[in-house]
Amino acid sequence: MEIKWYIFLSLVLFCIGIIGALTRRNSIIVFMCIELMLNSVNLLLVAFSKMHLTPVNAFGPAMATSAQIFVFFIMIVAAAEVSVGLAIIVMLYRNTRSIDINFLNRLKN
Amino acid sequence: MDAIQLIYLVPLLPLLGFIINGLGRNALSKSVTGFIGSAVIFLSFCLSVWIFFAVSSEGFTTQNISYFNFIDVYKLHIPFEFQVDQLTSVFLLIITGVGFLIHVYSVSYMKEESQSGFGRYFSYLNLFVFSMLILVLGGNYVIMFIGWEGVGLCSYLLIGFWFKDHANNNAAKKAFVMNRIGDMGFLLAMFWMVSLYGTVSYHDLYNSDNGIITALSTINSHAIVGITLLLFVGAMGKSAQIPLYTWLPDAMAGPTPVSALIHAATMVTAGIYMIARSNILYSLAPATLAVVAGIGLATAIFAAIIALKQNDIKKVLAYSTVSQLGYMFLGLGVGAFSAAVFHVMTHAFFKALLFLAAGSVIHAMGGEQDITKMGGLGKKMKITYVTFFIATLAISGIPPFAGFFSKDEILSAAFAQSPVLYILGFGGALLTAFYMFRLMAMTFKGKFRGTPEQEHHLHESPAAMTVPLIILAILSAFGGFLGLPELFVNDGNEIDKFLSPVFEHSKQFIIIKEVPQQTELILLVVSSVLIIIVSIWAWNKYKKYAPSVSENGLVKAIKNKFYVDEIYDAVFVRPYRSLSTFLNNVFDKRGIDGIVNGVGKTVNYGSRQLRLLQSGQVGSYLLLMVIGLLILFIIQLFTK
Repeated sequence: MEIKWYIFLSLVLFCIGIIGALTRRNSIIVFMCIELMLNSVNLLLVAFSKMHLTPVNAFGPAMATSAQIFVFFIMIVAAAEVSVGLAIIVMLYRNTRSIDINFLNRLKN
Repeated sequence: MDAIQLIYLVPLLPLLGFIINGLGRNALSKSVTGFIGSAVIFLSFCLSVWIFFAVSSEGFTTQNISYFNFIDVYKLHIPFEFQVDQLTSVFLLIITGVGFLIHVYSVSYMKEESQSGFGRYFSYLNLFVFSMLILVLGGNYVIMFIGWEGVGLCSYLLIGFWFKDHANNNAAKKAFVMNRIGDMGFLLAMFWMVSLYGTVSYHDLYNSDNGIITALSTINSHAIVGITLLLFVGAMGKSAQIPLYTWLPDAMAGPTPVSALIHAATMVTAGIYMIARSNILYSLAPATLAVVAGIGLATAIFAAIIALKQNDIKKVLAYSTVSQLGYMFLGLGVGAFSAAVFHVMTHAFFKALLFLAAGSVIHAMGGEQDITKMGGLGKKMKITYVTFFIATLAISGIPPFAGFFSKDEILSAAFAQSPVLYILGFGGALLTAFYMFRLMAMTFKGKFRGTPEQEHHLHESPAAMTVPLIILAILSAFGGFLGLPELFVNDGNEIDKFLSPVFEHSKQFIIIKEVPQQTELILLVVSSVLIIIVSIWAWNKYKKYAPSVSENGLVKAIKNKFYVDEIYDAVFVRPYRSLSTFLNNVFDKRGIDGIVNGVGKTVNYGSRQLRLLQSGQVGSYLLLMVIGLLILFIIQLFTK
């Protein structure tokens, strides 16, 4: 399969993420959209990594797989971030009985 | 040589008096203050006499005593140094001698002041003498300038001594401002000298062997003419010459002994001293000398005309000082330096006497200064009358009193230069005789025109006031014999001979034509006769003074001092004030304030607008982030 389909797919996912984050008010959905953007980038990274994974490479096979390792790092960091983010949302709900993101404008002015 | 080594004591003693009287003005009694104030000046006077004898002894050469480095910057070294020579010693005698008499007189004159006022007065007086001594002792122009500024300050303090009256403060400020205008000329001249020669020391400049100026022989070079003119501007301010003379008549606001001190012993003679000290510089600039002579002559006549119609006893004397200073500058301008110094000396005697006697009159009149309200005081105040009379004879130039010889010497030097100068100068001398005899006749002759209480109060002043008058009267009567012209003594003028080492070098540049002795004798006799005739005329005219109602335009103009103050007000003060108002309103308020306030307003407005971005809506932040990303993306696309 050509690389461009992977790029299109991740672009579409990224745009869906952006639009969702911009338009939705439910903070969990906003959160999901952010994760979607993150993972679309991950997908792109893996695709490029696969593309460059050829036996004969100027950097050698070890360099070519480094992008995939990078993706795992991102997933780990994302997992940590999700736990913090969800904890914030839970606390938000406990305090305000709402998860509407527009409710969080106390720092305005 | 011992006396010369002690020279630092001469100014130090008055300074000590200033410190003691100034700090102890609340603690010391009046008699102690008066004693300390007078005693320090007397000791200085004794030292000055000693120094005078040391200087006049055989084989004396100019002494330079350097104490410490005053200014030491890179190549410029200005030491704190004194220079002692003949000119200095003459001035020391005048300042301390006449100054001492004025101090003694003040003890009695000021006795009605409060204790602290009395102490303040004497500390200022001592500081005044100290400054003047520094001025004449200084071995370079910077040290002279210290004294120069010092006398300016003291005159300010003393003219405004009775500072509760607003008019006195204004007079003091006027004196200070007028002097500052002159001082600026002096400063610029000093800077110029430093930049040209790298030194301001008399020793380096005027030394007869290797002085920088002495070695020059270019006459009328631009730099020298410029420096001398600027120095003369300084002299104009301090010695009250046209156009900066207006402060001196106003300086009458101070106590009368202060006027005597300013006019006779200190302050106004500073300009004469400075030019006499710089005689070599001036002799290399005949162009400046012509200006000096012209200004001097103009001042002499102009002030004498104003004095004709003044009715305030002190104002008449003030204008007569301006006029006499004009004569001294005329003398300097025609190259008769020693004659000018001689006139400084005789003038110090008779002008101090006139002021002190006027003070005695004012004292007796209970503060009245208007001569139209006096008259007939001669009978009540014998000593004051006689001494005033002698001083009048001296200032009018009636032989054989002091003023006759000194004025005659200046005028004959002027005659040698040009008969026109002589005739104009002599015209001024006739005016002098006229206004002085008018003043005296109106004060001491005729009927008393004041109030009955004043008449009852009239009395002769106490001995502390009359004794200085008598001493000064003796000096005024016989002081002229110190400088008898060559006409009467074979071996020449004593003062001339004594001062000749100072003025020796400038003689090669200034050719003073000898007036034939016959001509000089004729001039002497004619001028004396004319002056006596004018004197008698004025005396008879004003002996039975009665106020006249009618006065024509000229008399009115003279009475109002030719409206000079008003003209200065219109030409300088008002335009300056309206310019300031204009700048204040337009430039300052709109321009500078506009910029400062504008910056503040812009920041304020900008932040008010920017604040709206901080909406708190997470969505809007995200949108902005995306827009930013898009912009970066587009930039990336198009800059490939």
